[in-house]
Amino acid sequence: MADAEKTIEIEVLRYRPEQDREPVVQTYQVPFTDDTSVLQGLQYIKDYLDGTVSFRWSCRMAICGSCGMMIDGKPKLSCKTFLREYYPGKLRVEALSHFPIERDLVVGIEDFIGKLESIKPYIIPKQSRTLEQGEYLQTPAQRDQYEQYSSCINCLLCYAACPQYGLNPKFTGPGVLALLHRYNADSRDQGWEARQDVANADDGVWGCMLVGYCSEVCPKGVDPAHAINQNKVNSTLDYFGMLKFLLPKGAAK
Amino acid sequence: MKRANEPIFWSLCGAGGVLSALVGPILILLTGIVAPTGIGVPPEVMAYRRALAFAQSWCGKAVLLAVISLFLWHAMHRIYHSLHDLGIHAGAGAAAVCYGFALVATLATAYLLIVIGF
Amino acid sequence: MSARKPYVRSMDGWWRKNPYFTRYMVREASAVFLAVYAVILLIGVFRLSQGAAAYGAWLAALTNPLAIVFHGIALLAVAYHAYTWWKVMPKTMPMLHVGGRRIPEIALSAVGWAATLAASLVVYMLVRGVS
Repeated sequence: MADAEKTIEIEVLRYRPEQDREPVVQTYQVPFTDDTSVLQGLQYIKDYLDGTVSFRWSCRMAICGSCGMMIDGKPKLSCKTFLREYYPGKLRVEALSHFPIERDLVVGIEDFIGKLESIKPYIIPKQSRTLEQGEYLQTPAQRDQYEQYSSCINCLLCYAACPQYGLNPKFTGPGVLALLHRYNADSRDQGWEARQDVANADDGVWGCMLVGYCSEVCPKGVDPAHAINQNKVNSTLDYFGMLKFLLPKGAAK
Repeated sequence: MKRANEPIFWSLCGAGGVLSALVGPILILLTGIVAPTGIGVPPEVMAYRRALAFAQSWCGKAVLLAVISLFLWHAMHRIYHSLHDLGIHAGAGAAAVCYGFALVATLATAYLLIVIGF
Repeated sequence: MSARKPYVRSMDGWWRKNPYFTRYMVREASAVFLAVYAVILLIGVFRLSQGAAAYGAWLAALTNPLAIVFHGIALLAVAYHAYTWWKVMPKTMPMLHVGGRRIPEIALSAVGWAATLAASLVVYMLVRGVS
């Protein structure tokens, strides 16, 4: 038979708006094995110890972006983080930083959704194209300009990582700016003009101080810090009226 | 959303950042440690006559102005934004002080380099 | 009539809570040393304009142990600035390719670090050559 079951202590920052004036820590003893994720630990708590604990999750395989939370002070996907890493110590689970807590580990994300909508997160074609013209052709080099940015799963870990967003919630933020770049840099898209108002604003790319932690915590290797700072150059060239000379019509740098 | 004027200051900051990344360490080492202690170079490298000749040459003036001015544009831009990181929300007043200082230092350096002669 | 009462957490002491943030603040603090050094140079130019005696006094002040210590710390700070500057510089550039493969960021940073070494050597030789 396998070794005796191990147990780890999980501290959860609870917040029930109907009864709590402020968040409070509650501790649970959770059995686990080598492959138990933090998410499974929370599911065990909810199923067997305390049904009132609330948290978001869906795919449990790091693709839906639902289960982001602070685990020992670092933004992580709970489905991709394992209890064995913290044993024999304990771990503290809190809602994602820099977002208002709705309940327990659930944060309010309306701000992010609004910002995402503002950057028109879809291909805006340079010219309208008929079916007879066939598919777009793209070289590997053209695709490499935007492909990693298209991996974003909107998990918001980068927002939890970004102190500039924490200090100034009006900042557009890493994820949305990375997606802005994903579309600008796609050769099928119109490029800079369609989204320049968001990019050029004080709360656009200029809200970034290149702390760089966003790229450290991204679970999909998007590297939002790169997308934003590349566009500081574009925004500067645009400011001095030089961008149009450097970009062929509709192409992005 | 209103367009930011950041590009002006970011460009100055970038120029100063590149210059200070390239020659900042060596200049501090030479002028602040090596020459005053005489280890590694003879202390005469900073003697009055040589310093004056350097400052009176066009090349020397360009170097001195670039180093003092761009180092400060870079530093004041970063210091201004660090105030925000430290929770100090001093807004336009702080910007005026920070960038104003860099501007005043630039103008003062240019003036002094003219006064020093050719 | 909503039961929602979102709780907003404080940002107090944010940079002390994560070593990554502390390193970022140290990186930004290097600017203070750069500013002080630039002012020292500015004072030097001012003293130079006032003549040999004034300039001599500025040079003498640089030999003060406190001045040497300051420059030692400033050297470390600005060296850290130079290191981190080239480390992040590739983030401002588009993806670059050679022979169909992407050039990794560390390669671009290495060019920057090499440039600092080369520039330092050039400056040292120019200064030494002044004899």
